[in-house]
Amino acid sequence: MQRSTITWIFALILAAIVSIAGTLFYVGGNPRRKLIISTTTSLFDTGLLDIIEDKFEEEYSIDLCFISVGTGLAITHAERGDADLILVHAPSKEKTFLEGGYGTCRKIVAYNFFAVVGPETDPANVTGLQPKRALLRIVENCRHQRAKWVSRGDDSGTHTKERELWTVAGFNWTSIRDEPWYVEAGAGMGKTLQVADNLDAYTVADMGTFLKYKKDGIIGLHALVAQGEELLNVYSAIARNPTKHPHINYEDAIAFIKYLVSEEGQHALSSFANEYYGQSLFYPAVNILEQNDDSTELQWMKKYAFIDGYECPPEFWNNHPELYT
Amino acid sequence: MWEFLENPILQITIRSLQISGTATLLSTLWGLPLGIIIGIKSFTAKRLVKGAFNALLGLPTIALGLILYLLFSRSGTLGFLSLFPSAQAIIIGQAILITPIIVSLTASAVESINPEINDLAKTLGASDVEASIAVLRESIGGVLLAVIASFNRAIAELGVALAVGANLRGKTQVLTTVIAMEVNRGNLEYSIQLTMILLIIVFSITVSVDILRRRIA
Repeated sequence: MQRSTITWIFALILAAIVSIAGTLFYVGGNPRRKLIISTTTSLFDTGLLDIIEDKFEEEYSIDLCFISVGTGLAITHAERGDADLILVHAPSKEKTFLEGGYGTCRKIVAYNFFAVVGPETDPANVTGLQPKRALLRIVENCRHQRAKWVSRGDDSGTHTKERELWTVAGFNWTSIRDEPWYVEAGAGMGKTLQVADNLDAYTVADMGTFLKYKKDGIIGLHALVAQGEELLNVYSAIARNPTKHPHINYEDAIAFIKYLVSEEGQHALSSFANEYYGQSLFYPAVNILEQNDDSTELQWMKKYAFIDGYECPPEFWNNHPELYT
Repeated sequence: MWEFLENPILQITIRSLQISGTATLLSTLWGLPLGIIIGIKSFTAKRLVKGAFNALLGLPTIALGLILYLLFSRSGTLGFLSLFPSAQAIIIGQAILITPIIVSLTASAVESINPEINDLAKTLGASDVEASIAVLRESIGGVLLAVIASFNRAIAELGVALAVGANLRGKTQVLTTVIAMEVNRGNLEYSIQLTMILLIIVFSITVSVDILRRRIA
């Protein structure tokens, strides 16, 4: 009797030691410096960041840790000091982030276009229209119960874009969200596309996620409106200001930003998944910004993604002017 | 010959087992004695204490995850520990999550056996601890069930692991967080493979413990 109790206790202690040692092995076995990056799902879910991580870690002794969340939460993480760097796509929110003293050294790294996607039958007949015109038609048809609209409804970069599109088209988002045809998914891009697919509804999607879901046969939706200034989607990297949070890995954050805007990093971005999709998911932005000519893309980018006329206003350069010259 | 250890699915599975296993051990360490005490002793606030633990059985994982994130975040009260995001944070979170299961089920198991065993053991000259061990031996079937139910809840939960572990590749990814991520990425086939692994773990552990229970009892 006594012996079996001792055996039990012994087994329990042994199991505890093994499992704690094992966990420490997994957790503590990495001597490289950690760089925590809070990122928008639209970059992460395509698999792009996995590729960039592998390439970057080959050259640098820095351990990249990606936390994939919506742009809203990514910014919150950084504000609370839980991320050293953010990769996001909502210029209006980035402006607030910088001006709140949380961010420094913003660099625009890539761009692509959002798309208004919808069912093949296209009941509102918007294929190929300008984004503004397309939204007007969609609302008109929705109000006649011929169509529905699905929104991310999760305060992400894509959701921010959608609300901006409604404003551009002359609608008040806070009032149309209460109309019966307006469905808020409160979910990520993938789930929202699936909901839209099931409801035969229209929605706004980032190209990366849409193409992936389309290619894998998960959804039957079509990209109906995919060009136009209003649909521009710009991705930026911003380092967390280390002033109030001395633990922030600022040095490595700058190193990673420099890698992203380097020729190598830009090439990794633009060549990602080219063969698989037959088109680029992300276009490199650095060349366009550096050439500073009259290209349409640059004009659009300046209008949409610049903050007070700058990629990053000088007061936020934080001793890194070399990033901007 | 050890290349197969590099397989990401295997690593994620092992990490899940270690994190949830450690959480179960920790909560057993403090939950088991607490459950036995609540089961044996009679005291004034007993119903209140039992009621509290029963209520916490249904604690939503996302709620606990959010609370722990706010605590462990750099701007939180425990921010200096730099636990977010880490595997240790998941272990702590899951241990807290399943403690009510261990305590409640152990207390019920102890109460369900003949209350005279405790008295009898003491009459025969046993100390408090020795009497407790006698009670534990009698209720071992119910206690094992408590431990296994806890482990299953820990390994199957998503909210805490995602909130304080943040699904870092190669570091804090566990089966449930990877399943959620791969579903978001649209990789449904890969997700269902991982789901099968998770189900096999839960079922096989439950079945083997059940066999063990019958042997002992």
